[in-house]
Amino acid sequence: MTFEYAPAPESRSVVNIAARYGLFIDGSFVESSSGATFPTINPATEEVLSEVAEAGADDVDRAVRAARRAYEEVWGRMPGRDRAKYLFRIARLIQERSRELAVLESLDNGKPIRESRDVDLPLVAAHFFYHAGWADKLGHAGHGPDPQPLGVAAQVIPWNFPLLMLAWKIAPALACGNTVVLKPAETTPLTALLFAEICQQADLPPGVVNIITGAGETGRLLVEHPGVDKVAFTGSTEVGKTILRSLAGSSKRLTLELGGKAANIVFDDAPIDEAVEGVVNGIYFNQGHVCCAGSRLLVQESIADEIVDALKRRLGTLRLGDPLDKNTDIGAINSSEQLARIAALVSSGEAEGAERWSAPCDIPERGWWFPPTVFTGVTQAHRIAREEIFGPVLSVLTFRTPDEAIEKANNTPYGLSAGIWTEKGSRILWMAERLRAGVIWANTFNRFDPTSPFGGYKESGFGREGGIQGLGAYLTKEVTR
Amino acid sequence: MSSAGYSRQVSLPHALPDSSPASLRAFLLGLPGVDEVGAVSRAAMLGTRSIKNDTKAWAIDTAISMVDLTTLEGMDTVGKVRALCAKALRPDPTDATAPSVAAVCVYGDLAGVAREAVGDGLHVAAVATAFPSGRASLDVKLIDTKEAVAAGADEIDMVIDRGAFLSGEYARVFDEIVAVKQACGHAHLKVILETGELRTLDNVRRASWLAMLAGADFIKTSTGKVTPAATPPVTLVMLEAVRDFEAATGRRIGVKAAGGIRTSKDAIKYLVLVKETAGDPWLTPDLFRFGASTLLNDLLLQRQRLATGHYSGPDYVTID
Amino acid sequence: MTENPTGRLDVRKTYKLFVGGAFPRSESGRTYEVTAADGTFLANAAKASRKDARDAVLAARKGFGAWNAATAYNRCQVLYRIAEVMEGRRDQFVADVLAAEGGSAAAAADQVDAAIDRWVWYAGWADKLAQVLGSANPVAGPYFNFSVPEPTGVVVAVAPQDSSLLGLISVIAPAVVSGNAVIVIASTARPLPAITLTEVLATSDVPGGVINVLTGDPAEMMPWLATHADVNAIDLAGITDADLAVSLERDAAGTVKRVRRPDRDPNWSADPGLSRIRDFVETKTVWHPMGV
Repeated sequence: MTFEYAPAPESRSVVNIAARYGLFIDGSFVESSSGATFPTINPATEEVLSEVAEAGADDVDRAVRAARRAYEEVWGRMPGRDRAKYLFRIARLIQERSRELAVLESLDNGKPIRESRDVDLPLVAAHFFYHAGWADKLGHAGHGPDPQPLGVAAQVIPWNFPLLMLAWKIAPALACGNTVVLKPAETTPLTALLFAEICQQADLPPGVVNIITGAGETGRLLVEHPGVDKVAFTGSTEVGKTILRSLAGSSKRLTLELGGKAANIVFDDAPIDEAVEGVVNGIYFNQGHVCCAGSRLLVQESIADEIVDALKRRLGTLRLGDPLDKNTDIGAINSSEQLARIAALVSSGEAEGAERWSAPCDIPERGWWFPPTVFTGVTQAHRIAREEIFGPVLSVLTFRTPDEAIEKANNTPYGLSAGIWTEKGSRILWMAERLRAGVIWANTFNRFDPTSPFGGYKESGFGREGGIQGLGAYLTKEVTR
Repeated sequence: MSSAGYSRQVSLPHALPDSSPASLRAFLLGLPGVDEVGAVSRAAMLGTRSIKNDTKAWAIDTAISMVDLTTLEGMDTVGKVRALCAKALRPDPTDATAPSVAAVCVYGDLAGVAREAVGDGLHVAAVATAFPSGRASLDVKLIDTKEAVAAGADEIDMVIDRGAFLSGEYARVFDEIVAVKQACGHAHLKVILETGELRTLDNVRRASWLAMLAGADFIKTSTGKVTPAATPPVTLVMLEAVRDFEAATGRRIGVKAAGGIRTSKDAIKYLVLVKETAGDPWLTPDLFRFGASTLLNDLLLQRQRLATGHYSGPDYVTID
Repeated sequence: MTENPTGRLDVRKTYKLFVGGAFPRSESGRTYEVTAADGTFLANAAKASRKDARDAVLAARKGFGAWNAATAYNRCQVLYRIAEVMEGRRDQFVADVLAAEGGSAAAAADQVDAAIDRWVWYAGWADKLAQVLGSANPVAGPYFNFSVPEPTGVVVAVAPQDSSLLGLISVIAPAVVSGNAVIVIASTARPLPAITLTEVLATSDVPGGVINVLTGDPAEMMPWLATHADVNAIDLAGITDADLAVSLERDAAGTVKRVRRPDRDPNWSADPGLSRIRDFVETKTVWHPMGV
């Protein structure tokens, strides 16, 4: 016998999934006015997990009005210290129910339980803890002595980190005194609905948090609703641009966190083993469904072969399969649409002449999967070097000098994140100054923290989430008269 | 370069040095750095692997078979060593299916006692070269080694001169290992780096390469007399070193994690480290060992738990 | 501006654009008539075209590189130098503003004083922004993590139409202080104070391309600038046509530009605060492990 890990599935029994979910409006679950529903599917098995209500125009209106009422009558005028206590309560409830939330997240999203358990959920709780403390200290946030909330925030979030994105949106909004209507992605609504239950357990006043489910049309209705004061969107650059156009001329405040095509730059004096780990973590974490994923490996020519060999060796040890198995490294692709998009871009890479290598792993029969894939011989002109793939696909390019690395790294309309690997501190700071990206990871990658502002340059969006800088997105601008 | 026994034509991943001080120094300082935070987090991630059922049973038996059952106390006696040897040969008197450990590990003056007790059934490892500090003349160290081998030790666990290493006298450390290796004759040489005194993972990587280049058959983390002893990040870096050394020379060097590993859970984490770093070929007592004393009993308790389906207790394993 | 009391015939000035540190005419050869508040003829100003706007973007992108790379201390001194040189030409600015806006000489003088003081105020911000808007972030792990504000790049600003000098400087200064390069379209009807400012800029150690001044019709140039892929942000302060503002905001969506919408009831003499600086900076966050 050899040391092959036996299946080690996390117990699914910690979570109860209802057959049907309504919309969470004004503190309770209600049916959509049309009665329409849509299924949410486990991408690892293609089984339907639940039917979820689809919010239409009436429902959106109801939710926004509930949020408005809660803002005007309760939350907007509540002392910060009390808002803080509600947020601390929510943070604790998330910790208490974190295993349940992690399992549900993995079921609905397809991400490995190791990641939902060790990354997503701890960060979710941390975001509520961090922002809870701000609620009664906003006068110290650099927006004047008595900054005011904006009102009702419409928040639309993606499917790659469903609960974490919810936390990034809801925690600062509530801390600053806003109420929210949040729409989770149509393929991953379940943890948001469980979060609604947590709001009930916390006795959060009705209407402060409203969760409405639906697809793009529901999102459009929400952000365009005239009763909304603030729109926060995380998702594709394409949809971000549509929202920008639709909000032109309104007085709504807007923050956008959009796509990316990050360069992960490895110099010949890098700590090689950790750099390889960082490259792996950079692009194969969460199946590459990460806007800040290090999808372009820029490696110094002198060590390119060595790095690519080490990378392939390492990818050979990645374990693809059941997201609930505690030893799974690569879970399922979130939807068949996303899988098709990844496959199309990978085909374009092959057609354009890049050399494809995919890790030899067994693909389960059911569900949507894509093996960790590396393209070598990629040039800046290839689609796989320019377009966001949002999947476990890495494009390897080379450079000779630091200037060339900067030029290539910045040669993209995006500017969300970048990585630098070198043991030379002075070069790290030189590079970090010149990279046009909002988050620079030096000798690490894909680290997140509620105290650390996150957000992009250029077409990766604007505004920051997290840190003292993130609060500005939910407070009035300084009064200039 | 005489004694290392590798081909000088090999150029990957790095051109290998000759034994001159300048060449060794250039080579060791030219090795890629180790980012401590990254290494620690990689080791921690591997520590989350969940090993269950059949895999766990296999891992426990494999871990038992990798133990160098150790006693290295000033109060060691002939009686103590004989009892240890009996335990080493048959760890679980109630269950003949439990494997023997890999070796017993004792001070050199007790190597003869141990050999007599285990016969040809097990390896006898003797610590030598003025263990644990290594603070003695080379002559004394060589005599220490030769006596232990003559008394029946077929494995020698030597310590490097950490003072010389830390002051940058790499050639001196190298030459000493070469000399001890020669004194070992047919006995296998394990070179103890005492990573707790080297402090940085960069040093662990350099010392690993230095020992391998000088002819070590095994590289070993610690004497057990210094805290911290073996840790997952240190072992990770050493496993990377043997992996890369094989790529460069075709030779497989063993790794021994010694000190501080007390539970089955920890031992299994080390096996995961081995599997996912150096690879499956290293999952054998010929290439991976645990230097431990109390670990064995916990492995046996877990083994009984798996065999019987209920939790065992400390009175159901022997205390030697 | 007209007759010299001594009876000497004055030498009039040709009013040109200011792009890349040079004073070109509009490539289109067009000018438009600028009159005083009382309707008397003042000058023929260059009427910049979309190609002038395009050239300005090229110049600004070039200027951005050097200006962004300059030390904050250096940027502070350059902005302060603008104030120094303006002070030396205070009378000319007062005359320009008075001619452009009418009203009392005292009010014009007040505006010029406030405009000079505004440069001084912003100059002092150059080397404090990173401390006030940046942070060291106590992340839960062995990492050093810090955030710094950085300029967004090339900013196109439409200067306020009414406040010909203070308003103008109130949109230029907050963008350049952080290291952005600016293309400003001066008040269409009142461009002469802006043109006099370009003469100050040309002699104040401001690197070429950092501040570019166009005169003409924003409605003609802005659609090109709002869609220009090498412009990072637009400040619509001087767009008075609400429909145009909406359409420019839509145009800007194509490359996700940062947009500052027209201020509601702006008061250019009030304390500006940091809001306009914030609108044209990005926060960059850097992580690095802490280990041995």
